[in-house]
Order: sequence, then C-alpha cells, then structure tokens
Amino acid sequence: MSESNILDTWMPAGHMSYTEKNTWLFGIIAVGGYLAYLVVLFAQAGGRPIEQTEYVVPMLATIGGAIVVGILGGIVLGILARADRDNGGKPDVRDKEIEQLGERVGNSFVVIGALGALVLAWLEVDHFWIANEIYLAFAISGVTSAMTRLGAYHRGF
Amino acid sequence: MVKPTRVTNGIRALRFAAGEMTQADLAERIGVTRQTVIAIEQGRYSPSLEMAFQIARVFGVGLDDVFSYEPEESE
Repeated sequence: MSESNILDTWMPAGHMSYTEKNTWLFGIIAVGGYLAYLVVLFAQAGGRPIEQTEYVVPMLATIGGAIVVGILGGIVLGILARADRDNGGKPDVRDKEIEQLGERVGNSFVVIGALGALVLAWLEVDHFWIANEIYLAFAISGVTSAMTRLGAYHRGF
Repeated sequence: MVKPTRVTNGIRALRFAAGEMTQADLAERIGVTRQTVIAIEQGRYSPSLEMAFQIARVFGVGLDDVFSYEPEESE
C-alpha cells in the first residue's frame, strides 16, 4: 500500500502527471514565445510602419528559443517524472487519447493558417504579413491544443 | 460538474472492500496513472473495454459488478 489515502480523490498541484505538466509547459512556451516575438518586433519598429521591420531574425530566434526551452523543460520534467511512482512517469492510454484530441484541435488552426497564407499570397500581400499570419496560426494552434488538453484533464474526456 | 459519460462505477467501494486498496495501487495493477483512476472513479473518463476488464479482474468480480450504464430518463 502506498501512503496515499483511500479517500484522496483530489489531485494536489504537485501530483499532475508528466504529460499534464508537459502540456502546461507547451502552452506557456507557445504564449511566451509569441509575446516575446511581438515585444521585439514592436521595439524594433520604433514608430516606423511595422511591415518595414526586420522580422525574420526575431521570428527565427523565438521559434528556436521555444524549441530549445521545450526540449530542456521536457528533459527536466522527464527526469523528475522518473522518480515518480505513478506509472513510472510514463503516459498512459488516457494521456495519449487526450494528446490526440489536442493535436486534432491544434492542427485545425494550422490548416486555417495555411489557407489564410494561400489567400494572402494570391493577393500578393507583402511577405511580412504572410509570414506573420502563419506564425500567428502556429501560436494559436499551440495554445488551443494545450487548452484543449488541459480542459480534458480537468473537466473530463 | 457535467460528467461526459453515463457510465457509473463502484470502484471506490470495491477498493474499500479490497483491503482499502489505494488509487495508486489500483493504478499500478492496471498500468495507468493515478490521475486516470481518479478520472474513472469520478466519471470523467470512460475506460476502454479492455481496461474495464482489467479493473474487474483486479477485484475478482464481473464487469457488471464494477460498471453500470444509466440510460437517459427519456429512454
């Protein structure tokens, strides 16, 4: 028998599963990465029209930074989860089903973003707007995917 | 809280009857996380048929002794 009480049907904050913690990390990175990009972009603009701003480097930097932080955070969470007795820190079938649900929701925004970019390209809109529309779609995809998964963890699935 | 399933279960009572088995112990026996056992007990997650059989087997009872399906009042 473990130390957990038989009446203990609520989950203390420190007892989220590895995948739920990873989902929080993913959502925070999606929001934080995009906000960081916007801050840098508007700081660089300094009153000039925004589409004249150098956006490629900040975009690459925040995308790269998000990937690196995500990998490092995942490694740290994975190390912490190994010590967890709870299914050895491994995702179970419910975690996988919730992940698939989140991916379905998130991917729909990637498709919407791609269609939007297609329309902008047809209209021969400046590359700045096409790239930023796609990046915004990625960010929305990440956030909605994370929110869907967290909702499924807490409200039911 | 609106429960996404009409499948109810008596897992909590069965755990009591089985020597006050903890959620963590049951989770370990069926190879899932404790959060999943909690979600099943609270009716927030309907387990697969295979997992339902695994749970019933842990308690040495039939599927009907663990889970029941409550139809809508109009049915």
